[in-house]
Amino acid sequence: MNLALFAPELFLLFGSLVLFLISLGKSNAKSARNATIFIALINVVICLSTMGQNGTLFYEAYQVDLFSQFFKVVISAGFAFVVLFGCDLKGINKDIRAEYYLFMMLSTLGLVMLVSCVELLAMFIALELSSFSLYLLVPMRDDRAGLKIQMESAIKYILFGVVATGIMLFGMSYLFGLTGSTYFVEMIPKLHQMYTMPVAIVAIAMFMGGFFFKLAVFPFHFWVPDVYQGASNETTAFIASIPKIAAVAMLIRVITLVSPSSDIIVTMLMILSVGSMFYGNLIALVQKDIKRLLGFSGIAHAGFVLIGLLTLKDSGYATAIYYIIGYLVMNMACFLVICKVSREGENVTIDDLSGLHQRAPLLALTLGVGMFALAGIPPFVGFMGKFMLLAGALKQGHLILVILAALNTAIAIYYYLSVVRVSYTTDPEDRPAVPVDGVTWAVSITLMIIIIAMGVLPSKIVDMATAAVNVITVMPGN
Amino acid sequence: MEFLILNDSYHIFGIGILSALIFLPLAGALIMFFIPGENASKLAALFITVLTAAISLPLYSRFDLGTAKFQFAEHVTWIPALNINYTLGIDGISLLLILMTTLLMPLCVLGSWKYITKRVKEFMICLLIMETSMLGVFMALDFVLFYVLWEAMLIPMYLLIAIWGGPRKTYASIKFFLYTLAGSVMLLVAIIALYLHNNYSFFIPEMMGQPYSSCFQFWVFLAFFLAFAIKVPMFPFHTWLPAAHVEAPTAGSVVLASVLLKMGTYGFLRFCLPITPEATFVFMPYVLWLSIAGILYGGFTALAQSDMKKLVAYSSVGHMGFVTLGIFVLNKQGIEGAILQMINHGVTTGALFLCVGMIYERTHSRELAMATGIGKYMPVFVTFLAFFSLSSLAFPGTNSFVGEFLILVGAFTKSKLIAAFAIPGAVLAAAYMLRMLQKIVWGGASNPDQSHLSDLSAREILTLAPLLLFVFWIGLAPAPFMDVMHVSVSHLLDQVNSAAPGPITVVQALIP
Repeated sequence: MNLALFAPELFLLFGSLVLFLISLGKSNAKSARNATIFIALINVVICLSTMGQNGTLFYEAYQVDLFSQFFKVVISAGFAFVVLFGCDLKGINKDIRAEYYLFMMLSTLGLVMLVSCVELLAMFIALELSSFSLYLLVPMRDDRAGLKIQMESAIKYILFGVVATGIMLFGMSYLFGLTGSTYFVEMIPKLHQMYTMPVAIVAIAMFMGGFFFKLAVFPFHFWVPDVYQGASNETTAFIASIPKIAAVAMLIRVITLVSPSSDIIVTMLMILSVGSMFYGNLIALVQKDIKRLLGFSGIAHAGFVLIGLLTLKDSGYATAIYYIIGYLVMNMACFLVICKVSREGENVTIDDLSGLHQRAPLLALTLGVGMFALAGIPPFVGFMGKFMLLAGALKQGHLILVILAALNTAIAIYYYLSVVRVSYTTDPEDRPAVPVDGVTWAVSITLMIIIIAMGVLPSKIVDMATAAVNVITVMPGN
Repeated sequence: MEFLILNDSYHIFGIGILSALIFLPLAGALIMFFIPGENASKLAALFITVLTAAISLPLYSRFDLGTAKFQFAEHVTWIPALNINYTLGIDGISLLLILMTTLLMPLCVLGSWKYITKRVKEFMICLLIMETSMLGVFMALDFVLFYVLWEAMLIPMYLLIAIWGGPRKTYASIKFFLYTLAGSVMLLVAIIALYLHNNYSFFIPEMMGQPYSSCFQFWVFLAFFLAFAIKVPMFPFHTWLPAAHVEAPTAGSVVLASVLLKMGTYGFLRFCLPITPEATFVFMPYVLWLSIAGILYGGFTALAQSDMKKLVAYSSVGHMGFVTLGIFVLNKQGIEGAILQMINHGVTTGALFLCVGMIYERTHSRELAMATGIGKYMPVFVTFLAFFSLSSLAFPGTNSFVGEFLILVGAFTKSKLIAAFAIPGAVLAAAYMLRMLQKIVWGGASNPDQSHLSDLSAREILTLAPLLLFVFWIGLAPAPFMDVMHVSVSHLLDQVNSAAPGPITVVQALIP
């Protein structure tokens, strides 16, 4: 076994051990923070250096290829962003910060492993490693107001999560029953012959349910608003972005089980997509809490991602990947501002952003760029992503879907604008200035540059995503 | 592609002149982030806009009048995966609009010199980003590039209204943004449909004159129409305009009226007519009657206003009605008149907004009643105002007369009934403009004391004088302005007329 193939995972495991050891000591908050930042950054480098590797591990249940390594880079980068701008950890009690970082890193480890899994049980284990760590992160919030909403959200998260996992396991068992194998390589050719059988469709639909849950697709979204609101800002930043990357990767893998064509799956994805867009956008219109607002907007964006998947084409998958990476960056920009504006880790309402342009001009600009990007206004990444998704869908003849998506873009602009408006046009009254340290400054500028650069010059990422997708769609049996 | 555009690029500072025009204001905006101090940023913005205007002049002197091809073309591969390119070029239809934009921007900076007192630097940055996207819209020959610039313009304009606007700025800015965005997302769908129809190409000149099916054309036309009609704005899509105009700061109103609205009519000329000619013929009567409705509605509503800015804003609805009327009569006089009238409206209405801004700076009110009788104390100002008002009502010898006359000639050629309905619009313009002028110059019975008002400063005269020059230049010697468009307009009409449809109704057309 070539351990170099497993380097990012081993390094994260090693990092988790380090954090575990740190957590045993007293007054460990600062060293845990420094260690995590260090490990997260090095991990990005390691993932980048393993981009070109190919091979299988663990009796071929674990596939290292361009597709998996590409996603590992993105997930690691997302993790690094969260620990960099969330390094104050205002919402977490000092005594448990090492543990907090430990679980966040374990969750990242789970996601990094997940994108390499090509066998059902390995996939299940990796997904649960990631999920259980997240379930623990939510109640770790230090709630000074004593509302205990973090407990309620944690319970909701676990219960819904377990149900989703149950549904997914059901789907997996059907797949195993149908094909007699848990390996994708062996399942693909068999499923391609029976994708019109009702039981196969039910199996795949249930299997996808677990990832729809992670991606927060309507009607698997129930946990989103409460968990976003109840978890600390840093946790939400993590939950809202990084598992979604892995979910898209896995949905693409699962869809290769039914491609090149399955009308029923396409119809199902279409219904979910339209439902997500309308539900997310319409409910977001009335939100006051920014995390809830971003939660509902995330549901709408999940609907958009599905448009790329339901084309059942390599180009569509590549666009979906581009879109979800763009979503990660835009979301990071918004959560960075939330984390910084929140003084003691409390939730931030839209009113709390009043006069942000005077209190912290850089943060106001970052928020503006992030919100306009989420709204899909050029020249930011959100526009180019939407444009390519719609072009791909129209190419497949889904005109009505495209028109509904366009309509949603117009609806969504209202709530994104209202956030920008409050931060730019109102007076701060007696709200204090928000200090911006060097790290925040650097992360803000980096995020803005990525948002604009990906929007203006999308070719590089799309080419990489296409190359990555090609790897799995030409897998044996496909 | 060679047969559609001329490869005659003209370089300035080593880059193509069109790219230089697009990126100079943007580079200026980036540099301004690092310029501290209010006065320094004003001077920097003035310098950049003047430099842009200076660079744009060779466009006119080197423009080849003898061809309808796109000139000064530049072509760079941008997103090869989707065949999206950075392609620029101008023809006789866009040339004047580009020059008007570059020449107006320094005046906008000058007009905001004292009007803008807070966050000056950010204001100037917004203006410069606006300039970049507006110029780009008139130059883009790739549909995605066009759309990106068309939409990117919304952000600085939104901020201009939302931050520096009047008391109801929130309402006005959001309304503006939502309306225009709602229209343009449908435009996006149409663009993608055209792309798929054209063998995955976004190259605009190639899209023109293709044999699209009637049904396809009609749906694309409707999507185009929604986006452009909102931008113009045509009655009944105009409701965002008075709110946005009234709340926007002076420079914002000038940019909005002079350039932004022209993007809509430019869209009709550049896309609707040549790409969907058959649909244009079928929908023409409806568009003409909407234009008439706009002319009359704008005129009557302007007549009823007591707020000067609202008056000018509603007059814009009427004037733009004339422009769309000229475009959709589909003959040479009409279209040439419409293009000239686009420039005229930019000059005249821009100037009128600047004038209203100057009154507001002094009296802190835009109510007509508060400005009565200031002629006594501000003789220079009312001289300017009088000429611009005369231009607005299309008095012979001023610029608008030439444009409106051509449009009406075009309308008479088309249909006497249509023309007969358009004429009252001209009379209404005289009524509301003279009413305003009369009150401001002589005032009414309840004159407030205006003796403390100072007349125009040298800076303000410098702001208005170039516009006045154009009022008379175009009015008395329109030839240099008309000559550049003849060939392009003839070519455009050839493209439209080659697709005259058989007898077909809208209902038949829309069902495949």
